[in-house]
Amino acid sequence: MTSEYTEFTTGEPLADHKAPAGPVGERWDTRRFEARLVNPANRRRHTVIVVGTGLAGGSAGATLAEQGYHVVQFCYQDSPRRAHSIAAQGGINAAKNYRNDGDSVHRLFYDTVKGGDFRARESNVHRLAQISVEIIDQCVAQGVPFAREYGGLLDTRSFGGVQVSRTFYARGQTGQQLLLGAYQALSRQIAAGNVEMHARTEMLDLIVVDGRARGIVARDLITGEISSHFADAVVLASGGYGNVFYLSTNAMNSNATAVWRAHRRGAHFANPCFTQIHPTCIPRTGDHQSKLTLMSESLRNDGRIWVPKAKGDTRPANEIPEDERDYYLERIYPSFGNLVPRDIASRAAKNVCDEGRGVGPGGQGVYLDFADAVRRMGRKAVEEKYGNLFDMYARITAEDPYTVPMRIYPAVHYTMGGLWVDYDLQTTVPGLFAIGEANFSDHGANRLGASALMQGLADGYFVLPATINDYLARNPGQDRVDAQHPVVQEVLAETEDRLNLLLSVGGDRTPDSFHRELGELMWEFCGMARSGSGLRKALERIPQIREEFWRRIKVPGTGEEFNQSLEKANRIVDYLELAELMCLDALHRAESCGGHFREESQTPDGEAARDDDNFAYAAAWAFTGTGEAPILHKEDLVFEYVHPTQRSYA
Amino acid sequence: MKLTLRVWRQRAADADGAMSTYEVDGISADMSFLEMLDTLNEELILTGEDPVAFDHDCREGICGACSLVINGDAHGPERTTTCQLHMRSFADGDTIDVEPWRAAAFPVVKDLVVDRSAFDRIIQAGGYVTAPTGAAPEAHATPVPKPDADLAFEHAECIGCGACVAACPNGAAMLFTSAKVNHLNVLPQGAPERETRVLDMVAQMDEEGFGGCTLAGECATACPKGIPLVSITGMNKEWLRATRKVSGR
Repeated sequence: MTSEYTEFTTGEPLADHKAPAGPVGERWDTRRFEARLVNPANRRRHTVIVVGTGLAGGSAGATLAEQGYHVVQFCYQDSPRRAHSIAAQGGINAAKNYRNDGDSVHRLFYDTVKGGDFRARESNVHRLAQISVEIIDQCVAQGVPFAREYGGLLDTRSFGGVQVSRTFYARGQTGQQLLLGAYQALSRQIAAGNVEMHARTEMLDLIVVDGRARGIVARDLITGEISSHFADAVVLASGGYGNVFYLSTNAMNSNATAVWRAHRRGAHFANPCFTQIHPTCIPRTGDHQSKLTLMSESLRNDGRIWVPKAKGDTRPANEIPEDERDYYLERIYPSFGNLVPRDIASRAAKNVCDEGRGVGPGGQGVYLDFADAVRRMGRKAVEEKYGNLFDMYARITAEDPYTVPMRIYPAVHYTMGGLWVDYDLQTTVPGLFAIGEANFSDHGANRLGASALMQGLADGYFVLPATINDYLARNPGQDRVDAQHPVVQEVLAETEDRLNLLLSVGGDRTPDSFHRELGELMWEFCGMARSGSGLRKALERIPQIREEFWRRIKVPGTGEEFNQSLEKANRIVDYLELAELMCLDALHRAESCGGHFREESQTPDGEAARDDDNFAYAAAWAFTGTGEAPILHKEDLVFEYVHPTQRSYA
Repeated sequence: MKLTLRVWRQRAADADGAMSTYEVDGISADMSFLEMLDTLNEELILTGEDPVAFDHDCREGICGACSLVINGDAHGPERTTTCQLHMRSFADGDTIDVEPWRAAAFPVVKDLVVDRSAFDRIIQAGGYVTAPTGAAPEAHATPVPKPDADLAFEHAECIGCGACVAACPNGAAMLFTSAKVNHLNVLPQGAPERETRVLDMVAQMDEEGFGGCTLAGECATACPKGIPLVSITGMNKEWLRATRKVSGR
């Protein structure tokens, strides 16, 4: 099977030249030794811009400032503490092997490469597994209140796709606690004058001078003022692009503008079609739905997933006898049961709903049942473990999950794709780095639970602060750039023109109406299951929506004030281009892998069928113009340690 | 349901504000309060009016961005964040007042949006453990008794929304500040900076123009995360202890 789509050109292959050769376990040490250092006394002369203050950005900003660099940092939220990492519930993985259950750095490495369906780079993933143990030490030192056992030592639990218990957690709000750790470290550096923090300020474009990233254009969301900021290197930690689907578990304002604008300025975008649909979210209730809420994957440790055996069974859950229930994950995957990886659990839920066995309004839901857990552990123990999640569920649905099974359905949650980066986390634009969910590097085609927090903090605390030195040391005296520079003038003018155009159309449709239309299209054709014909339909429709957008958009108010409609509309401009690339990438990858399921490529029993002969590469796309055929650069993936096999969780 | 909304409208920080009245129809009980406001805003945009500005982001009750005073209560009638308040808490035909946080230290930015950067500055004054990256000992080197870890967690649940300040008749920030002081001061990792932390954070809190505490207790009633009132007595104890211990302050 080869690629079917012809509307792109294939460019030179891409390679990661930064990962050293040699045994995988020694590569990070080797790279750190080979990387040049910047003399501590010279560091304060270097300015680094960091965009975003989530786990990756917050930890990077704090650490770079501790090292002596002058950091200028941005977030669109009113406080750096509110970045969306805060909403992560379940936990963070680390190969500590405190349980003595057979865990090791190598096993975490193996699980992550396999879980990602063999579409991630081995060097990066191994480094991530190595660093995982240092992250826990760092966070504990900062006062992160992880769950503990009665002996005072750290507790762990298990998560999907693995058979060891390596996930550290802080009840159902691990993300908030880790983020507060990073935010507090960042706050210390702000107070010390080492970080210049710009909250409520959104990056709208990247400034590239002489082929190097030298700054950004940003808008003050309160005054509307558009300004330029300059640096010796720019770090994007702006998160993922799941909101292209309109409904997702992302925060309402999470957006793709920073990465997309960087892509337009020359940074390749890798594997855009690799999106993660999380299996355990609260089903939607109607057209008013503005976002979806995740129920932590940790619930699958004790909850059992089932649907009625019969189609169209509308009896309440408690009236369906045991022998008329289908615990389908336990049936199909006996060894992993309810703890199969997310992509597999999501697809299985879709399949049973497509068969007409879904539950709840519209049949778009499956049960996650805690009756057995309450019987086995007692209600008190269940409360202790999951109390805040149950409360949240009850508040949203007005149902009591202690007595009535939860209803869940998959929803867009995370994007594995992102800006292409090398082993140093540098994009194809020299001086531009991407960390955390904004890059594509570590999760392949499917991310395992509790690995996003691990990657964000690994990148921000440990990887970037080591690798950015090398870039700055090799480029010590870059020419000064200021607002008068012709390139800067041009980027500023383009940004202002775009916003003015949005304000001047004066059409008859709101920004949300376009966002919702695009999201529904993407969910239908580029969601849990994708087909060549569906993707072609989407690719035909997106340019039409884009054209209509610029004809009919209505943005009230002016650009010189706090204007949330203008913020939204400007983000949709970028979604309307990114969506097209996602569909194109999904169409060209005529195999199934991880979260990318092509209906044409499945095994006889309906599992994702990879095609390693033709698609064992990362697809890095170069931008050529809005609606223009992009250029595909392939980075071949070499597996020396974890040999690709058909994933089996049965 | 059909509702009458009376919403605080204020064009900018230095402009005068006033309550404006709007009717919304077709509201379902399953909508969140913010989705109800989304519905109003969609209508306002189409009729050429300026939509109502309000802060929101995660809509899962954890980021702390949403901040509305609803019928006089911070975050409204249920003990939760505004984004987790659903319209089933209201009845058809209700009139609902929607206002921003009201406090001297939280100036209005626009409509229902306020400036809470004072909270960030309180954290910057000492709400951290000095633990530079890379300097950490092995995580199990210092066991933390489970009751201490649980107590720290209980205080660390604060999401920094500011409902405590909005609810307080004095506009005090004692519950917010005490939550962070207690979170870090009960942990062994926070012990070395125990005294300077509480003294510096309280000093910054006073400097920001927050009011004094009279233990009215409204803060703990409004807190969506259930930070208890004893948090404040805990901080007062820490402050007294630190004042005695640190000479010359």
